[in-house]
Amino acid sequence: MTASSSISIAIVGSGGAGALTTVNLLLEAASAAGWHGLFTRTLGPQIRGGEAAGLLRLATHPVDCLPDQFDLIIGIDWLNAHRFGSEIKAGPQTLVISDPRGGEPPPMVTESGARVVEIEMKEIAKSISGGRPNMIALGIASRLLGFGVEQVFALIAKRLGGKGTSAMEASRAGIKAGFEAAKGVRFEAQLEKPVPGEVRRWLLSGNEAAALGAIRGGVRFAAAYPITPATEILEWLSPNLAKVGGVLLQAEDELAAINMIIGASYGGTPSLTATSGPGLSLMIEAIGLATAAEIPIVVIDVMRGGPSTGIPTKSEQTDLNIAIYGLHGDAPHLVLAPQSVSDSLFTTQWATYLAEALQSPAIVLSDQFMGQSRAAIERPADVAFIGARSVATSISGGYKRYAMAPGGISAMALPGMPGGQYTADGLTHTERGIPTSGAADHLAQLDKRRDKLERFNYGDHWASIEGTGDIAIVTWGSLTGAAREAAARAAADGLNVRLIAPRLLSPVQPERFAAALEGIARLLVVEQTHSGQFLRYLRAHYDLPAKTRALNRPGPLPITAGEIHRAIIDWR
Amino acid sequence: MSGPTTRHACKPGDYKSELKPIWCPGCGDYHVLMSFTRAFAQLGLPSENIAVVSGIGCSSRIPAYTNCYGFHGVHGRSLALAAGLKVTRPDLTVIVASGDGDGYSIGGNHFLHACRRNIDMTYVVMDNRIYGMTKGQPSPTTEPEFDTALTPGGTGVAPFHPLVVALASGANFIARCFSGAPNETADILAEAIRHPGFSFVEVLSPCVTFRPDEKDWKEMVRPASVPETSDQGKAARRLMTDDGFNIGILYRGHRPPLQPAIGGAGVELSELEKDFEL
Repeated sequence: MTASSSISIAIVGSGGAGALTTVNLLLEAASAAGWHGLFTRTLGPQIRGGEAAGLLRLATHPVDCLPDQFDLIIGIDWLNAHRFGSEIKAGPQTLVISDPRGGEPPPMVTESGARVVEIEMKEIAKSISGGRPNMIALGIASRLLGFGVEQVFALIAKRLGGKGTSAMEASRAGIKAGFEAAKGVRFEAQLEKPVPGEVRRWLLSGNEAAALGAIRGGVRFAAAYPITPATEILEWLSPNLAKVGGVLLQAEDELAAINMIIGASYGGTPSLTATSGPGLSLMIEAIGLATAAEIPIVVIDVMRGGPSTGIPTKSEQTDLNIAIYGLHGDAPHLVLAPQSVSDSLFTTQWATYLAEALQSPAIVLSDQFMGQSRAAIERPADVAFIGARSVATSISGGYKRYAMAPGGISAMALPGMPGGQYTADGLTHTERGIPTSGAADHLAQLDKRRDKLERFNYGDHWASIEGTGDIAIVTWGSLTGAAREAAARAAADGLNVRLIAPRLLSPVQPERFAAALEGIARLLVVEQTHSGQFLRYLRAHYDLPAKTRALNRPGPLPITAGEIHRAIIDWR
Repeated sequence: MSGPTTRHACKPGDYKSELKPIWCPGCGDYHVLMSFTRAFAQLGLPSENIAVVSGIGCSSRIPAYTNCYGFHGVHGRSLALAAGLKVTRPDLTVIVASGDGDGYSIGGNHFLHACRRNIDMTYVVMDNRIYGMTKGQPSPTTEPEFDTALTPGGTGVAPFHPLVVALASGANFIARCFSGAPNETADILAEAIRHPGFSFVEVLSPCVTFRPDEKDWKEMVRPASVPETSDQGKAARRLMTDDGFNIGILYRGHRPPLQPAIGGAGVELSELEKDFEL
């Protein structure tokens, strides 16, 4: 039995069975003890009674992706598990704890060669007054992972403290019974002890991280229309904006939400909305207005399976095209993508800063995987990106809102400033903002809006570029973690691999990308789309090596580090 | 009206920009513009503290013809844009200008929710019962038999009743004006701006190009014969039964406007991080 640097657990149960609560408690117990972790939910669209599984990976190092396969799978019941069985990979090394009264394990378990141990979780729970099977599962998992029962009790006391003594006693009894039931169960995988001395662990989702990043970047107004899987951003912002003197307004639809933030930003308040694909589609027209009228706004799109209603609860990277190319007319704007739960904070903050500095809309492409995963991470560092737009001062007649200023960024008058009166307009306009259909004015303003974005120095944050070698993985967004892990495994095999993951998707950075490709002979493009949107984007804007391959697949199946690693190794 | 209270000695001309309107000669909207500037002068509002927000259509060109801050946005969304502005800048006087196509058709949903939300702003819809800028298609207020190229022989669809909809949706002030009476319109606009909450002012504003029949409106309008009411039941009956030509303030409600607290230093950002610390 050798300890490894990461371990993975899946707990499966029908919706409402408490599988997700159990996994969340395990994550909290582990992070309190000093491990890093990532907790992903996989569930159907039903509010209750559907399928649900909590997927947890714990490690001694930061984790940004799921494992290739799970070390431990606990099936409280297997009721609808076949619906997402393919998302939970098992193998001969996997230990499966199954309740014989919870239905048949799905083929993904029975055909994997995994060792199955039956424990009657439901029966044990029945023997405890107020007992719940998920607490039995928590006890089992705690024992197998090597957590002390007292450690888990302490956590339960903290979490369930408000639920009354009887609920607490039932939970304690359940955990203890599970702990006893797992006695003697052989479990080979063991997690190395956490690196000592680490402090200030945070537990949060990518959606929460993005929301905090927005506030750190200066956002003080948000307009909200609920949509899965972005709603948590808005729900976190509502009370927290109020604490910092800001406000959130619920909109009647996404058309209203996007226009509300344009209005607020026109008045001088950095503003944001968050949505997913269907909402982004509705917002596109007004994002074009913000481009033309040069109003800074931030739109977070937490991507889900598409097109149309698609798969609301599962991840995909298929809004790349609409985010970059969806606007009619020549409408340059910012598109950015965070690369992990932790990076959701930085990238959203940076996006807010850039939107304000460049008086441009910024679309932040997060996804369901990142947005709804909860991670135990180190506290993200404070960064100096705080939105500050160029505001007109001491206006003395003949104010030109859209003056041909150096760098294309013209000072913005805010309502209330005497002499700055102008009409912001989606119509093609002159430097003074007056509508025109003249060719010269049209060209001048198109040049201005292009130049301000293209001439800005975005610095090293534009991409993650790591490693050396003549083979590179190019990916983006939440796949960066899996690609990074694949590169590390290849390095362990003696093959150096470079990772290139742009955080800034628009405007494109041809010189920087060319420099990143220096010495690269083979390029593997990894993305979670069916049509290869990212590869097409790269081909449109950058010179790629003749030997370029794609590893792409639509959602909801995640692309694992193992698959990327194999694609690299097989290409030798 | 929660805007600045400083009274300046203002003339209507102080609120006019140098731009020449694109409207057809004889368009009712010229008079609406005149009523805007007269109302602003009457209230003594500094022009830089007024924001005029609009969508798309002939009437929506009005912001740039004033010397106020303006926003000429996308079609139908002016109320939403104005809501974001007013909530974050309660110091401003916010006027939203729209037409029957922009406001009642593409922007219909926002109309309902703006009434319901009751943010302190004044919504002026210049109703000419036609899409003018696209050369004469029926709008939600066009009569069912009105013949157009798009709907030969008429739409056969009953018109929308904006004042009734406004009342049912919670508007806090409802009035009807006629563009051909700019002084009366200015007085009502000033009253609408003063009144807290969402004020809705429908202005009958003839389209002389595509609806020459509307030149007759000046003979058809009349001051409302009953005084204004704050009783929603009475107002509903009256609005349901009027023929659309009664001019005046028809309803004045007393619902408190929505204005969330904003500004102030607030807590340190590190306070927010406590949510995430173990």
